[in-house]
Amino acid sequence: MDLLRFITAGSVDDGKSTLIGRLLYDSKSVFQDQLEAIERAGQVNGQVNLALLTDGLKAEREQGITIDVAYKYFSTPKRKFIIADAPGHVQYTRNMVTGASNVDLAIILVDARKGVIEQTYRHSYIVSLLRIPYIVVCVNKMDLVEFSQNRFEEIKAEYLRFAAELGIKEIEFIPISALNGDNVVDPSQGMPWWKGNTLLGYLEEINIESDESKQETRFPVQYVIRPQTEEFHDYRGYAGQIRSGIFRRGDEISVLPSGLKSRIKSIDTHEGSVEEAFAPMSVTILLEDEIDIGRGDMIVLSGSPPIVSQDLEADICWMDTKALVPGNKYLLRQTTGSVKSAVREISFRIETQTHEKVEVSQLGLNEIGRIKIRTAKPIAFDKYSKNRGTGSFVLVDEGTNNTVGAGMISGS
Amino acid sequence: MTTRTRLSHLQQLEAESIYILREVAAQFERPALLFSGGKDSITLVHLALKAFRPGRFPFPLVHIDTGHNFQEALDFRDRLAQKIGEKLIVRYVQDSIDQGKAVEEKGKFPSRNGIQTVTLLDTIAEFKFDACIGGARRDEEKARAKERVFSVRDEFGGWDPKLQRPELWNIYNGKIHVGENVRVFPISNWTELDVWEYIKAENIELPSLYFSHRRQIVWRENLIFPVSEFVTLDSGDQVEERTVRFRTVGDMTCTAAVESEANSLDDIIREIQTSRTTERGSRLDDKRSEAAMEERKRGGYF
Repeated sequence: MDLLRFITAGSVDDGKSTLIGRLLYDSKSVFQDQLEAIERAGQVNGQVNLALLTDGLKAEREQGITIDVAYKYFSTPKRKFIIADAPGHVQYTRNMVTGASNVDLAIILVDARKGVIEQTYRHSYIVSLLRIPYIVVCVNKMDLVEFSQNRFEEIKAEYLRFAAELGIKEIEFIPISALNGDNVVDPSQGMPWWKGNTLLGYLEEINIESDESKQETRFPVQYVIRPQTEEFHDYRGYAGQIRSGIFRRGDEISVLPSGLKSRIKSIDTHEGSVEEAFAPMSVTILLEDEIDIGRGDMIVLSGSPPIVSQDLEADICWMDTKALVPGNKYLLRQTTGSVKSAVREISFRIETQTHEKVEVSQLGLNEIGRIKIRTAKPIAFDKYSKNRGTGSFVLVDEGTNNTVGAGMISGS
Repeated sequence: MTTRTRLSHLQQLEAESIYILREVAAQFERPALLFSGGKDSITLVHLALKAFRPGRFPFPLVHIDTGHNFQEALDFRDRLAQKIGEKLIVRYVQDSIDQGKAVEEKGKFPSRNGIQTVTLLDTIAEFKFDACIGGARRDEEKARAKERVFSVRDEFGGWDPKLQRPELWNIYNGKIHVGENVRVFPISNWTELDVWEYIKAENIELPSLYFSHRRQIVWRENLIFPVSEFVTLDSGDQVEERTVRFRTVGDMTCTAAVESEANSLDDIIREIQTSRTTERGSRLDDKRSEAAMEERKRGGYF
């Protein structure tokens, strides 16, 4: 059984929460006591309000909007699913980015009556920026446009025109009605013209064979295990999660940023040593030579090194009410490392709707732009386009300790 | 040689949880693992063995004993701590009551579940814990579904769901001010069924409360309650003997049993796969209001 993580994105009232409620309900993943709880909360237009299955906070239920990401879980005989139900409001963009940062697929909801709107552009831009490999556009509320095939094709054409500029490759379109359940889990009675898959059918069948293990090998050292007991007197294991690629016993490795070389003596797990291990396994690596390695260092296979530099260029999503201004200093956290850094310049801000690059002196809350940043010490990284694990970072404000920026490295 | 390079969903969840446990060890000075002797915290201990052996746990196990716990869970707790040779700290809600810091609930179904928050916060202060690892899962309850993996609590233990830190990729930010603490949930992404399948796959031992047994019970609000010295029987209460088991094990005053013949892990997994109610459907504390869990969490509850 494998696992698919996906996010749902869409504007307020596009029916995201209803769609998730429908997916859970029609796939029989809603329990009796949950149903009773939402039935107690009252009905909307004579139907149980399925959206209440996802809006977990009091304020959300009161306002009828999603404020923060909710994670939902369901499974079918074919696959397990983790849904990140992200808010649609512009003011909660940072929460959408949070939900989108570690999923394999995005569902983008479009209201069939309204078509592609500003929020669609915005969400699609974020999805492409975060390099979510697969997108499925659900044209929702088809029942309100008389299940019109023309309307569906119109929206599809418009979206494809816009998506071409974003370089999104894998896009699927499905006409649905989340409220009534058309093409969500069961095929629609109202749209006999639709010969394609239902949404759930698509989610179950899409090939998500991860390519993490085919990428260059990267192992950020997380924690050093040194028992210092009689039995394990000289044991010195580098614990961590393999970010990408495959390691084998005997492999020649480099440790970055120092550049020291050694060989893998053993790859340990609690069940014993293994000959090889691949992403995303959590293991403990022992080396043949005693070299100085600590948390934040990266073990890689010799021959395919990442970039090592103090200067990096990155796309950043700003998440703090206090604006990002050149000269500001932040703690930069990338893989398991932490280093002081200073923002040198803001190259531009991106207009998420038009992709226009706007010259600005600062980046405000929920804005996205390109920055240049310098770290106090060299760090090892890849471009985000090559490796989501080693090409991403967050900025932490050392005054408030808040996570204030999400960065995707585009170069050095 | 062909290399199999895809992990099953349980292996993926396990790798992620081990990663989170190691992040706690690396980022905090004085973490603790909250351990009750229930299946989720037993799973956490198993994951910690995988994360840190052959080294020692970089944290003690901590149990906040309400005084109304199942003796069997307590015995199991002590045996496990001894078997793995790790430190166990126990603090008692009764002490908080005796010191006048916590007040026993009144009303029809009094429970100590709520006031254990008082003892928990005092224990955090006593040992200056900066991170508390817990076995909560997002599938348990809708307010839990909103919780980050690293959840920052203010100096009063409070949780503000509107001001949660963004949590991106698998970069966890555990930086806090003195007095604050972080609640960490390594099995956030597991479901009840995942936990059971993992327990079976890993052959993890559990208290026998989870398996069917004969027990004296009373019915309350359509839920089956174990008869114990902590449950006051009303004149109308009818004590019966039934074959039951527990899906969740907590304070005896708010943990209901389910009728079940499931006597093995296979039976339990089959039962959960076909169950029409959630695990917390048998927790009276969650039924008190629509936002019962959210409000307890805002107040410092786990």
